[in-house]
Amino acid sequence: MRFDVVIRVGTKLILPFILLFALYVQLHGDYGPGGGFQAGVIAAGMVILVALTFGIDQAKQVAPQALVQRMVPLGVLIFAGTGLVGMLYGQNFLDYSVLGPVAPSARERGILLVEAGVLVTVSGTMLSMFYAFVERGR
Amino acid sequence: MALMTLLAITTIAIVRQRNLFGVVILAGIYSFLMASVLIVLDAVDVAMTEASVGAGISTVVLLGTLHLTGGLELERPRRALLPLFSVATVAAVLVWGTLSLPPFGTADAPIHKHVAPRYLEKSVEETNVPNVVTAVLADYRGYDTLGETAVIFTAGIGVMLLLRRGRGRRKPDGAADDTGAAK
Repeated sequence: MRFDVVIRVGTKLILPFILLFALYVQLHGDYGPGGGFQAGVIAAGMVILVALTFGIDQAKQVAPQALVQRMVPLGVLIFAGTGLVGMLYGQNFLDYSVLGPVAPSARERGILLVEAGVLVTVSGTMLSMFYAFVERGR
Repeated sequence: MALMTLLAITTIAIVRQRNLFGVVILAGIYSFLMASVLIVLDAVDVAMTEASVGAGISTVVLLGTLHLTGGLELERPRRALLPLFSVATVAAVLVWGTLSLPPFGTADAPIHKHVAPRYLEKSVEETNVPNVVTAVLADYRGYDTLGETAVIFTAGIGVMLLLRRGRGRRKPDGAADDTGAAK
């Protein structure tokens, strides 16, 4: 298992920036382009880069397979749970205005929660698929 | 226009290419070109998705598939006349359908008259979110986005079930124990 030193050092240098960019895309999605879906894919891409450069076992230390597989349904539950809160307060499903005293900022909060759910499901799914392919090929 | 020409060239190259590894790489190039086209059309969110999913993740997943299946396409079938005819017919119908669409960028096209103006005018006031795409995606059309997330969930579960078939019975908690076989 020998890898080129340029790729290894380059990967190490670029990893934190990829993760930071994913977080930026996630949390800045309200203001600029991006959101949970894109951020989830970028975060998953970071782990895949680790797997391509340092091997799959290193990647599984960064993102354990059991965690990744639990993230797949967890994100959907976060999303649907945010929607259910609205129902519990007697509003419509996915009405975020109950999440705070003032409707606009409450709806902004709801959007953040929902985007977090999308992030969790998307990154979990992408990584689970990647792991499944890698293990099948062994 | 230059981007469109490059797209066409890449498509022809994909069709002509017999080596599937080349096809995967060309598909990645196609996705990047498509992302550039979407940026030109001011659809930055979609461009970002296209670049990250189309060129990034799906290239990796397709390479993983090639590792499982082998890298050469099978022989081309002899008779290509009927497929050619049906493709040409469908293409003609599609082009004919676009003829009655309003011209590109028309301000009073039906799609701009329904709920779009209300979103554009009220979304910052109602949700505090300056990016109207995010507001529509997560708030106004939150139900659709929940459905999309469920689709991704379903797809992931399906891929996992298909690829783990025949393995799970021996090792129920995954394959963390067979180390050292990494490529």
